[in-house]
Amino acid sequence: MSATSPLSTVIANGRVLDATGERVADVRIEAGRIVEVGAGLDGDTVVDASGCIVAPGFVDLHAHLREPGGEQAETIESGSRAAAKGGYTAVVAMPNTDPTADHRAVVDLVRLRGEAAACCDVLPAASITIGRAGVELSPFGELAAAGVRLFTDDGTGVQDPLLMRRALEYASGLDIVLAQHCEVARLTEGAVMHEGTCCSRLGVPGWPAIAEELMLFRDIELVRLTGTPMHFLHLSTARSVELVRAAKADGLPVTAEVAPHHLCLTDEALAGFDPVYKVNPPLRTKGDVAALRAGVADGTIDAIATDHAPHPPASKERPLDRAPPGMLGLETALGVALSVLDMPVADVVAALSWKPAAIAGVGDRHGGPIEPGRAANLVVFDPDERWQVVPGRLASRSRNTPYVGIDLRGRVRHTFLRGDHVVADGEARR
Amino acid sequence: MDKGAPEGAKQVLGAHDVRRATTRIAHEIVERNRGLDGVALVGVQRGGVWLARRLAEAIAEIDGSHVPWGSIDVAFYRDDIAIRPVTPAAVSELPFDIDGATVVVVDDVLFTGRTIRAALDAIAEYGRPGAVQLCVLVDRGHRQLPIRPDFVGKNLPTSADETVVVTEHGVTIG
Amino acid sequence: MKHLLSVDDLTLDDVGRLMELSDHMAEVNQRANPKVPALRGTTVCNLFFESSTRTRLSFETATRRLSGDVMTFAVSESSVNKGESLRDTIETVAAMGVDAFVVRHGSSGVPQQVCRWTSASVVNAGDGWHSHPTQALLDAYTVRTELGRNTGFDGLHLVVVGDIKHSRVARSVSRLFAKLGARVTFVAPTTLLPVDPEFDHTADLDGLIGDVDVLYLLRMQHERMSEALVPNLGEYTTRFGLTPERARRLREGALVMHPGPMNHGVEITVDPAELPGAVIGHQVSNGVAVRMAVLFDLLGSGAVAR
Repeated sequence: MSATSPLSTVIANGRVLDATGERVADVRIEAGRIVEVGAGLDGDTVVDASGCIVAPGFVDLHAHLREPGGEQAETIESGSRAAAKGGYTAVVAMPNTDPTADHRAVVDLVRLRGEAAACCDVLPAASITIGRAGVELSPFGELAAAGVRLFTDDGTGVQDPLLMRRALEYASGLDIVLAQHCEVARLTEGAVMHEGTCCSRLGVPGWPAIAEELMLFRDIELVRLTGTPMHFLHLSTARSVELVRAAKADGLPVTAEVAPHHLCLTDEALAGFDPVYKVNPPLRTKGDVAALRAGVADGTIDAIATDHAPHPPASKERPLDRAPPGMLGLETALGVALSVLDMPVADVVAALSWKPAAIAGVGDRHGGPIEPGRAANLVVFDPDERWQVVPGRLASRSRNTPYVGIDLRGRVRHTFLRGDHVVADGEARR
Repeated sequence: MDKGAPEGAKQVLGAHDVRRATTRIAHEIVERNRGLDGVALVGVQRGGVWLARRLAEAIAEIDGSHVPWGSIDVAFYRDDIAIRPVTPAAVSELPFDIDGATVVVVDDVLFTGRTIRAALDAIAEYGRPGAVQLCVLVDRGHRQLPIRPDFVGKNLPTSADETVVVTEHGVTIG
Repeated sequence: MKHLLSVDDLTLDDVGRLMELSDHMAEVNQRANPKVPALRGTTVCNLFFESSTRTRLSFETATRRLSGDVMTFAVSESSVNKGESLRDTIETVAAMGVDAFVVRHGSSGVPQQVCRWTSASVVNAGDGWHSHPTQALLDAYTVRTELGRNTGFDGLHLVVVGDIKHSRVARSVSRLFAKLGARVTFVAPTTLLPVDPEFDHTADLDGLIGDVDVLYLLRMQHERMSEALVPNLGEYTTRFGLTPERARRLREGALVMHPGPMNHGVEITVDPAELPGAVIGHQVSNGVAVRMAVLFDLLGSGAVAR
């Protein structure tokens, strides 16, 4: 071995899976890049991937890393560590921080913190309006120049139709994507859970499905009017899936995501009034779950996005109507997706990896085919391992996971960020 | 107080014996209380109620006088409420004045004495008796409190883990 | 039975047992000294996050009549620090040695949550819109004694009128009476009904007023006006109030009930004293007996010893 050649790592005996297909092969990584894919490769370090799938690292379009302002729940460091453990090599950090990511300083801070943590690429998103107040537009141009690709008022949604029209018109020509949180706020004041049979029985204020569908319908029509692409966050109802399906059939430039919890849990989970199951948009009915799963299977829903929303234990130990909504998602997304989706694993990986990578605009370095020259952002996971989440062993600072006691299927063994072995044998090394 | 005859129970008194003992006790009550003025019978729920009624009938046959009788539920006064399930059997009915009365507490079996202790407390809620006498059909021993009967149908030595069942039709030990 | 959180958790055996125990407690309440030593040495903590003098006094009286000790925390909303978790409050109080918590809170589900943080028994004294089991039990006991219905409510028609959607009393009373065999109808405008009402419902009170065995009136709150649920109170009274004219059309022997406190002139415009079927006062006095029965069942016994 020459003193000047870099150390190499070989991921051996795995099922290499990417957008081009699947084959059993070894993958050699050097200096942060994939240098060879083939059989019987040699390297300085060998990582055994027998029985595992080797895929492009996952990309999460939707995670709340809470920093700046909410460090009690999560920091960029703990959040990106959690992401890496979940197989993610890139995470879009939501802008509803304190201060809001509506100006360069916050965006730069988030990026720098992410680089310092070095667990995954943290891609800062920015808000559509200043302070997410829904009144004035954020400086899209300046923020795009600072590297922001995704803009969203997640948490509140842009309520004013005129403002949303202007945002779409102004965004046209900039290489950015507006992402909408669909919720007509006037219809959901005080809402705690899905408005339906369960909430009627429990005596709790309801969040009607139509509050999401009306906004989704409105903004699909605004896309039709302006021609500007739009991404729809966390779809949660059957009718929402139908609306997006019809919009795509009309050739409109829309994409959509779904959170793992909406593929797995229903409103009945709240029968015990445990705020761990409180989320916005809420868990809904079996019919909605089935339609969302079908939406992922037929490609209507492009991506699975975690909506990772950490909250410290004290805030979830409040009465249900006072507890903040949100659940953890980064470390369990794969396990939930593989256990509930009746789809080929390649299609599940597509929804976790290259499809969200394209929406986030990082398809050049994440989600791409596993071939020489590409950045070595990879995940190695056992698609069959059954496991259960142990809250105390999560990398996240918070513990509000709704999956305790549920059998998950599929577990990340290794994550490589530009060749750096950030997660080895399921444990974070940073 | 003991419930249900277990398998292998042995009958030690028959219906005839029970009736004879009841009549004898009734005579004793009449004799002891000379005139039966102010005497009232209080049957302890559940086992003492039928006996109180039978005694009142027997006294009426012997003496011609009508002795009032009632029933008392002692569940709320038991000392083992926190230890085992306690459910009251029936609402207490005492259709006479307790103040100054000679109350004859009636129960089927006397064992540890705790039920009678509870009965004394329960009766005290209704008034201040002039005197209290205790009448039981069977005394099976094993007293844990200083309670002694004034009238006993039969003394029956038993071991503590045996079950004694008393009805109008007989007494079994098992 | 370890907790009483909702009538949904009660079996018919549980209800029967509580009804019989209530008879015993009613007898105790008739005495000159209405007290028994049954719960001596036990401590019941009344944790009232929502103010309610009547229910709190009812539980306090019930505990004292059983010779239990009472601790009362009337916690106002603002005094509970927004950052403090409910769990901290419960664990702090439980550490003082509590056998049972009686919890009343403005948010649905709090008693259920409390169970997770203490080994004491928990009695729900009313949570949000969800459940008020002791109210339902005392209402059932009242009907049982007034109509002599010891074996159940088969064939009885219960009509609950008013703001069903926001009423824990409506949810609990309707479910308990249905469990006992009654036929239940809700009368309300759709704005005051839950999205999925569970029972038959109509907005036409006049149409069924002659077919009612138990007319249960709910309190109509002023706050509902601001939420565009009912245009104004006058309209509510016209369509849904118990007016003298409707009272005349009640069948003979029909009972009129109300959980209190009444809004005279709103849900009822006739003087209850002039209604032979109005048993509202009995509801209140039965409340103590029924709450004594519940506390005794949870802390003093627990199983049917038959």
